[in-house]
Amino acid sequence: MGQGEPVTQPPEWTKGASRGDAFWRGIGGVPSTPVLVVVITFLGFGALAHDVGFDIYQAAFVTAVVFALPGQVVLADEIAHGAGLLAAAFAVTLTAVRLLPLVFSLMPVMRDGKSPRWPEFVLSHFTAITLWIEAMRRLPPLPRNLRMPYFAGFSAGLSAGTMSATILGYHLAAQLPPQIAAGFVFLTPIYFFLSLIATAVGGADRMALAVGTVLGPALFLLAPGYDLFLTGLIGGSAAYFMVRRRKRGAGS
Amino acid sequence: MSEIGHGVWSYVFLFTAGFVATQPWRYLGVILSRNVQEDAEILVWVRAVSTSLVAGLVARMVLLPAGALAAVPLEIRLGAFALGVAAYYGGGQRLIIGVGAAAAALIAAQYGLGG
Repeated sequence: MGQGEPVTQPPEWTKGASRGDAFWRGIGGVPSTPVLVVVITFLGFGALAHDVGFDIYQAAFVTAVVFALPGQVVLADEIAHGAGLLAAAFAVTLTAVRLLPLVFSLMPVMRDGKSPRWPEFVLSHFTAITLWIEAMRRLPPLPRNLRMPYFAGFSAGLSAGTMSATILGYHLAAQLPPQIAAGFVFLTPIYFFLSLIATAVGGADRMALAVGTVLGPALFLLAPGYDLFLTGLIGGSAAYFMVRRRKRGAGS
Repeated sequence: MSEIGHGVWSYVFLFTAGFVATQPWRYLGVILSRNVQEDAEILVWVRAVSTSLVAGLVARMVLLPAGALAAVPLEIRLGAFALGVAAYYGGGQRLIIGVGAAAAALIAAQYGLGG
């Protein structure tokens, strides 16, 4: 981020391509390693949803309306720990704040300046970390007028994949021995941890990762219910100000 | 059986704590993308807050899990997690290697210890 867009030739297929062609190209672009990882983690979410006592419709409903794995897992895990509506909503909303900068930086890359604004609101629903990484990588070489339809096709394909994975993971967890089901549930924490390492862009992110890891379990024991909300707010703010002070100190 | 049951109320719960809690941030991102600087300090703080929350969630899921993971001994959970992180770095920082190694280790260790 921050650097200029890579100077790449537009792919061959974009020559004379219509917006409809770009949509189908977007769907065709779904099979790829990052998407495979996402699909596997949604298998994990399906397994987790089964684990915390959701029925399959609830599991699918959550994937459809949230479409951001951290929020979904927080929601399921909060319910499993007996959190009320308000506590669960607060915790989910803090995980969702990180979507703001993703959407914020993606939209200027995607818009062509001529299209109406409402599709941006619709498509923003599909913005989550993996889609963001892939879109920031794939869209810049495309001509502006094809970017939004390509993104729409890619989003549609990815949604179908994550929805299928949620349902499959749920069934697998119901039928596999508990040792293996636990392995599927385990996909989620390790994936989040490694993604946080992979996408940390500055000192504040890395500090927040360390502080949150320690603060999370401590606050769960001290203030169950609002522990995740407090971990985010206190841990994140502390990390932010620690790094800022250190930067200021180094600068003066 | 989850605390929220399976009736209409459960969908109100999931919609409110899921969609309503999530979507406004995406919409705000669309709106602000027209007139806020990309490197604004508030966005750095926002990232730190949600990073800390997700890190806390990870620690809670590994150390104090609910459900199927609770039946797995703590040392297996920690060992498999550490192995996943090591595999991620050893395998050229590819997510799929770290994630796959951790899950495989967790499953294998349970069969190894439990017989």
